[in-house]
Amino acid sequence: MTDIPQELKYTKSHEWVRVEDDGSLTIGITDHAQGLLGDMVFVELPDLGDEFEAEQDCAVVESVKAASDIYCPIEGEVIAINEELEEAPEQINVNAYHEGWLFRIQPLKENNFDDLMSPEDYAELVESESH
Amino acid sequence: MSKRIIEQNAEHLIFELSDKNRRSSSLAPDVDISAVCENLPEFALRKDNLELPQVAELQVVRHYTRLSQKNFSIDTHFYPLGSCTMKYNPRACNTLAQLPGLSGRHPMAHASMSQGVMACLFDLQNMLMEATGMKQVSLTPMAGAQGEFAGVAMIRAYHEHNNDTQRSEIIVPDAAHGTNPATAVMCGYKVKEIPTNEQGDIDIEALEKIIGPQTAGIMLTNPSTLGVFERKIKLIADMIHKAGGLLYYDGANLNAILGKVKPGDMGFDVIHMNLHKTFSTPHGGGGPGAGPLGVSERLQPFLPVPMVAYDGQTYRWVTEKEQPLSIGHLSAWMGNISILLRAYIYALLLGREGMERVADYATLNANYLLKRLADAGFEIAFPERRASHEFILTLRKEAKQLGTNAMDFAKRLLDYGYHAPTTYFPLLVPECFLIEPTETESRDDLDAFVEAMIKIRDEAEQLPDLLKNAPFELPVKRLDDVKAARELDLNYYYQD
Amino acid sequence: MPYIPHTPDEVTEMLGTIGVDSIDELFDEIPQELHTHLADDSTSAIPAGQSEMAVQRLLTERAMLDGTPVCFAGGGAYEHHIPAAVWEIATRGEFYSAYTPYQAEASQGTLQVVYEFQSMIASLTGMDVSNASLYDGASGLAEAVLMSVRANRKAKSKRILMPRNVSPVYRQVVETIVKNQGITLELIDFESTKGTIDLDQLKRQSEPFAALIIPQPNYFGHLENVHQLTDWAHEQGGLVIAQVNPIALALLEAPGNWGKNGADITVGEGQPLGIPLSSGGAYIGFIACKQKLVRQLPGRIVGRTIDLDGKAGFTLTLQAREQHIRRSKATSNICTNQGLMATAATLYLSFLGADGLQKVAAACVANTQTLISKLESVPSVEFPFVKNVFHEFVISLDVNIDKVLEALAEEDIVGGINISPDFGENLLLICVTETKTEDELDFFTETLARALSRLRSSEETNNGEIQS
Repeated sequence: MTDIPQELKYTKSHEWVRVEDDGSLTIGITDHAQGLLGDMVFVELPDLGDEFEAEQDCAVVESVKAASDIYCPIEGEVIAINEELEEAPEQINVNAYHEGWLFRIQPLKENNFDDLMSPEDYAELVESESH
Repeated sequence: MSKRIIEQNAEHLIFELSDKNRRSSSLAPDVDISAVCENLPEFALRKDNLELPQVAELQVVRHYTRLSQKNFSIDTHFYPLGSCTMKYNPRACNTLAQLPGLSGRHPMAHASMSQGVMACLFDLQNMLMEATGMKQVSLTPMAGAQGEFAGVAMIRAYHEHNNDTQRSEIIVPDAAHGTNPATAVMCGYKVKEIPTNEQGDIDIEALEKIIGPQTAGIMLTNPSTLGVFERKIKLIADMIHKAGGLLYYDGANLNAILGKVKPGDMGFDVIHMNLHKTFSTPHGGGGPGAGPLGVSERLQPFLPVPMVAYDGQTYRWVTEKEQPLSIGHLSAWMGNISILLRAYIYALLLGREGMERVADYATLNANYLLKRLADAGFEIAFPERRASHEFILTLRKEAKQLGTNAMDFAKRLLDYGYHAPTTYFPLLVPECFLIEPTETESRDDLDAFVEAMIKIRDEAEQLPDLLKNAPFELPVKRLDDVKAARELDLNYYYQD
Repeated sequence: MPYIPHTPDEVTEMLGTIGVDSIDELFDEIPQELHTHLADDSTSAIPAGQSEMAVQRLLTERAMLDGTPVCFAGGGAYEHHIPAAVWEIATRGEFYSAYTPYQAEASQGTLQVVYEFQSMIASLTGMDVSNASLYDGASGLAEAVLMSVRANRKAKSKRILMPRNVSPVYRQVVETIVKNQGITLELIDFESTKGTIDLDQLKRQSEPFAALIIPQPNYFGHLENVHQLTDWAHEQGGLVIAQVNPIALALLEAPGNWGKNGADITVGEGQPLGIPLSSGGAYIGFIACKQKLVRQLPGRIVGRTIDLDGKAGFTLTLQAREQHIRRSKATSNICTNQGLMATAATLYLSFLGADGLQKVAAACVANTQTLISKLESVPSVEFPFVKNVFHEFVISLDVNIDKVLEALAEEDIVGGINISPDFGENLLLICVTETKTEDELDFFTETLARALSRLRSSEETNNGEIQS
């Protein structure tokens, strides 16, 4: 059974989003997504200070046989990146929700995150895609 | 085994056989290197010692002869790699293309010293025009992917020439080769994917919805990568042309219809041919290929240069002076001429009746192999359809019930002395094998392949681990791809 | 039937198994109006099939028509001695008729050859990594340009500084391949008395750029001060693309050691490494780069790894960048290398070794200098640039170059390349490699001198007639 923590929000393209106390957002890929992609071999992260629109591709995760774009869930500016992934991309496989985080953004507009999915909706999506 | 024999069989790199004090006497001219260097400017000279292997001639010959023996090849194994047309490469093509007058000619040699090679290239242009039903051919692209690039660049040049600049999209089926979308992007286009229906044909309703004034063109392979003929091709051509777009034909599967159907008759405006497939030039361990272009009348002015023309007495190069709207040059001269010559020789040996036989027997072999495998209980992806020169088998049942996937079957086939079919392409079909036997395989070889497939399935039922750990009989066992990608080791001399 | 093994009985039985009456029936899904029968079309431009003997006769005739002239042309295609063993081994069926090594376990031969090729190219160029090869030097330069724009995101520029003393046809190929991606090529002039890149013009460039291309030797055969140029480009935040001749690198500084930090990407035409001239192809482009740019490197790459037993083996790696996985987001649409040519180049370098390659390069330089000194004694032969050259140089003449080349062709000499259309009146680019003997250099000099005096006198006569 794939792990879908209750405290996070999700996207259709299999990113998870954690709203931090300071209003910034931490982003990674879900446990389900890392399982589909297999052993990670490389992660291409955005640069600090890059600004992205919602749903713009901003990073790439690469396994031996697949490469997958990561989409920015909400318009924002990159304020932190997980540099450890450059040396150890397998952290995404080990723990997609903690050591495997990708980057953090500061939203550029007021946002109530309506476009993001609840854990229940995401679980449903995963279920429907496996059929 | 004695220590000596074990050492001989060990995995040496050529660099490990090297000794910097060994000299390759007879192969290099006798000259005083340091005296020469005194005449060159100091700032330009190499400061460090050049490192290359210093090995005697016999040991080099032996090293590479042994390495060659670690390969599967058409000359040694049945090689049913779908979409790649691994058929016999006649030896005459290789021998004759290396005649001194042909292999020694400098590309800038005077036209009076070039009439022989130009005659060959001119004849080849005409033969390819005839075989494909196109109005003109340019031989210059150096591979299928470069032919694709040039073809889409011509579509762009055509629209720009007509001041029709709002066309920004190229339509590509979801089952297409990865080169199609990659090429469209290289030419500055957005890619629109269209789905394929359950019968393997393009979804016409979906196509209808995405065609519009923004459509620059569509890229199709026919027969498609699913191993079936696109039956509504004329309708698709009409739809695209009505919207002002053009049709691109990816000639990857031309072997299926050579002499039977001409892409020009299907309504295509531009096509590329893979001579290393249909015209049996060597695959060479991954190239060189050759990807000549054919065009309909409206794209003729945009063809890449040079081409060869003939006035009844003399052959001459057609350059951008005569072809001012050309998309330009794709290589320093005229592409892979030594490969084009091999294709020309093959075409002469086959002749027109031999060309039609290619499609006849490639199709016969594919349909026979499909039937035998279906009768043996393997699941065919499109059982209602005729196979073209290739077909798709899905091992999803075996994967689900036995836990052995298509890659496990592929690796075990190697143990039985068969190169594996193309696996996991097209992506639409789960656990798939794309199988292309080609016309040059005998019935006995096809039958033996079926027997091997049946045996492997038996093994999957009884000893699934055997498949998962295969191969066993090859120079190496399954390789660690993850390590290869994480801890890159691409250069013997590199030190981090 | 050539290459078709089926007997009539087998065909009947196979059709029976399928459940059809004829081979034609297998094409019944194809709409009727599209059917054609090439075999029956006697008006076709495609002749009936011929025997191997007949085809051999035709090809031999045509090959003899082109002959085996003495060649003094270079310009990106160079005549070198090719050890006999190179093509004996390269055309072994196991190399010749294998495909891209998708099934690594069944392709260790090809894969190890490519790994060795990559290592040798990296060593020659002083770069960290090389790919498995590209189509040719010209399209390789285009790929290097695309790569530099991807790699130098910081410059936020799609401008490339392209010296005019890069081969004109290379410049055209780059233009064809990159023009639809919004990349601009800024032409940089050369110093009219030296033939090398004009550093003053370069220094007037104020806009940011993605990369500077440095040819070494340049199209005129001259040696650039690569250290100065490299450092300047790096100071401006640009990358450096070195475009080099692999034989010359036996003696010349490796691009990895240019300036303080070395070139970032190196490309070139690998044809001199054991590939026959064959009218300009099939050749082999090579491309190598610094380790940190490896993910932007286009094309196939082979890596060394281990198998289940821990034994060393080779496999294609970094495939996720490629078109069959990344589709529209791939680094390039390329899906092959020039495998057979890479095999030949690897064999060539192994047979010669470092010492042998240096001797080949040195013999090229020595012969070139000999011909230069012989030509100095021919009246009206001028050398427009100072003579810091590797194995090519430019002379200017007072007569039409096409006519000179025609006159030399009559004596079975390929006399060089007329570069006048691109660089100004009556300029001839000449190349001398290690294959030339003293006799051939004398023959060239004498034939040229004779042709010049004859052409000059006929031009004077013609001019006289026009005036009268």
